[in-house]
Amino acid sequence: MKEIKKAFPIRGMHCASCVRVTERALKKVPGVREAVVNLATEKATVTYDPLLCEPENLADAISKTGYVMETQVINEDIEQEEKRKELNILKGRVVFSLTVGALIFWASFPGIMETAPSILRNFYVQLLLATPVQFWAALPFYKATIPALKNRLANMDTLVALGTTVAYVYSVFVTFFPDVVRKTGMEPVPYFDVGVVVIALILLGRYIEARAKAGTSQAIKKLIGLAAKTARVVRNGKETDVPIEEVRIGDTLRVRPGEKIPVDGKIISGESSVDESMVTGESIPVDKAVGDTVIGATINKSGTFTYKAMKVGSETMLAQIIKLVEEAQGSKAPIQRLADLISSYFVPIVIMLAFATFAVWYIFGPQPATLFAILNTVAVLIIACPCAMGLATPTAIMVGTGIGAEHGILIKDAESLEIAHKVDTVIFDKTGTLTKGKPEVTNVISLESKTYPRQIVLQLAASVEKVSEHSLAEAVVKKGEAEKIRLEEVVKFQAIAGHGVEGIIGKKRVIFGNRRLIEKEKISYIEALEQIEQLESEGKTVMLLGIDGKLAGLIAVADTLKDTASEGVRALQELGIEVVMITGDNKATANAIAGQVGIKRILAEVLPDQKESEVRKIQAEGKRVAMVGDGINDAPALAASDVGIAMGSGTDVAIEAADITLINKDLRTVVQAINLSKKTMRTIRLNLFWAFGYNIVLIPVAMGILYPFFGLLLSPILASVAMASSSISVVGNSLLLRRVRI
Amino acid sequence: MDKVLVFFFSLIGIVFTYWFFLMRKEDSTVVTDNNVDILVRGGYKPEVITLVQNQTTTLNFLRRDKNPCLEEVILSEFKIRKFLPMDKKVSIQVTPKKKGVFPFSCGMSMFHGKLIVK
Repeated sequence: MKEIKKAFPIRGMHCASCVRVTERALKKVPGVREAVVNLATEKATVTYDPLLCEPENLADAISKTGYVMETQVINEDIEQEEKRKELNILKGRVVFSLTVGALIFWASFPGIMETAPSILRNFYVQLLLATPVQFWAALPFYKATIPALKNRLANMDTLVALGTTVAYVYSVFVTFFPDVVRKTGMEPVPYFDVGVVVIALILLGRYIEARAKAGTSQAIKKLIGLAAKTARVVRNGKETDVPIEEVRIGDTLRVRPGEKIPVDGKIISGESSVDESMVTGESIPVDKAVGDTVIGATINKSGTFTYKAMKVGSETMLAQIIKLVEEAQGSKAPIQRLADLISSYFVPIVIMLAFATFAVWYIFGPQPATLFAILNTVAVLIIACPCAMGLATPTAIMVGTGIGAEHGILIKDAESLEIAHKVDTVIFDKTGTLTKGKPEVTNVISLESKTYPRQIVLQLAASVEKVSEHSLAEAVVKKGEAEKIRLEEVVKFQAIAGHGVEGIIGKKRVIFGNRRLIEKEKISYIEALEQIEQLESEGKTVMLLGIDGKLAGLIAVADTLKDTASEGVRALQELGIEVVMITGDNKATANAIAGQVGIKRILAEVLPDQKESEVRKIQAEGKRVAMVGDGINDAPALAASDVGIAMGSGTDVAIEAADITLINKDLRTVVQAINLSKKTMRTIRLNLFWAFGYNIVLIPVAMGILYPFFGLLLSPILASVAMASSSISVVGNSLLLRRVRI
Repeated sequence: MDKVLVFFFSLIGIVFTYWFFLMRKEDSTVVTDNNVDILVRGGYKPEVITLVQNQTTTLNFLRRDKNPCLEEVILSEFKIRKFLPMDKKVSIQVTPKKKGVFPFSCGMSMFHGKLIVK
């Protein structure tokens, strides 16, 4: 037998010695030729002879060392393969039972039976045709019923098995003992068509449902499919393609145009634009240069670059997104609780109703009472559909969370998705959320335009700031670089804490800083005061440039609003949601920023540790609050809010901190998240309405409640059509969510 | 006479159904070695599992039932939804952080079990 190589996840390792211990344990297992354990990816790649050892033996060896090895290699593949096989078998049963069902129906249904060949109308031939349908095609119903009954449990299969067996047994009895039936005053007509057509239609329904259900988990499969399979690692100057599992933190990787970026990291050389839409939902490619982070599974568009791997295996952004989506799909929405409660009592109650139906029709029903009693009992058993109730919420949650992930909206759990649609107030943290979080130069003003024109003002300020480490200095230098200004050499540089900087450029003494620095130097700025105050009222920080004891210019710096801020805020307001801004800035700056985006309620001068109490104050007004922040500095406020929304770009965002994480900088995604919640909840409500309404209305109809008033009865065949379509309609309605625009 | 008999047997059927399905005793177990094997066949066996708070326990699900209802297990408290392949053990680790009763169920919420955390 040929050796095979498989990778198994190992949990519990945290150091290099864990790797050695687990590798040694694996290599000792008879049949194992090679075992390589990777701490970063938490995987053991084992080459072994499957005749001599099984994954369970490997897991045992690992468990003796105190770690845990999962024996399911790639659950996804097994799941796909198994579902495919099951669907094929089911398809065969559906085709067979539909064909036989059509033949028997043709030969039994009044009005058309006369056109059927006489051989088909023979009851023994019908019995011969119906028996394989009852005991082969319907085998899954029996197979599910028997072990459940052993545990004293019942489910939908129990009802189908019971209902069709009653119809079949009655028909067999009629076929073999027509005289006995005739003596009771009934026409000795079997009902093989009922059992066979019911089985065929329910199997068909199950087949369609299984195919549709596969669509509900499409998003997660798509995400898993995004992962790169190989990486080009640069080691000792040589480039080698290696499997993704073998990439380690610190490895240098090269990515060429059109290639997939294998893991998360930071660019060390080269530049490019990267399509991150598959992960962040942002459709416009992002420019990347040295020092920028790149996300694994995104596509490199134009340039070639090398980067250092920072996160691999389960730590990558994509792995975390997949984990979060999986977790959300495994969680339960509070709205589902009632459906769960009812479905656990549902089947036994339906069986009791079936007994009652039989008794009432037999005792009080018109002649032939036995036939009415049997057919109505079968209809009750067949029409009850607890599955629709069970599927109503989870299928919609699966589709909803999946759509979210496609748009860069990661939802922590079903409860968060449910609460988000009730939000009536959204609080935005200012810095880094409404604004870009990086100050930019907004104005360069020359006050001595003849001696020191605008360009010189910027050149001198950028030159003197180049040596500084202040955050505002970076903005000035960047502006200089953007305008391709040559920076001059600075001597005798000095940073004056809380004031600014000074130095000598050429023969000029240059000082650059705030008003206090200028005052300290006894330079008058009275003539520029009006301009300074104007800029400050716009929420900008103004720095003054003094050259040889004279005021030469002003440079204003501001943390600018994101391009999507106004649109994002307006979209929320259009939904009737109150938008609030919270910031530590002074009132003038806060008012200026809020005014630009149309926010009327402003909470200014709030220290970081006071944000949480401000959120609680708004909640005390009876509001449902969503707090939008970066998830790092405002984690307590996010936790205090009804729905904490963390927002960040790419790998910087703290996924764990929030109920909903938006992995892009686009503020319109906030309203998209709320819209997604609203639409998912609408789907769930509609699903539950159908599922409950269907059972509440149609079970009494099947019992014959309409008969005394309108003479109407539900045939078991129609009952099976209704039953099969109820689950399909619920799953189909959930799938419709995929088409909605959020 | 036949009507009386039908009434009588139907009544017995209703009472029997109530007793058989709704008054059943749940199959329960107390986890002692942080590991429990759960057979998935016509439900979960054992279906009530008592765990210790803050202690990691491995739940080993082994599905022996082809019923598609049982192909997934959902432990919503732990945000876990796992596919259970036929005849293959699937281990799920849980570390309950709080005490209480936490239900688990199949994908269609037809079969149920409980984790009791003490």
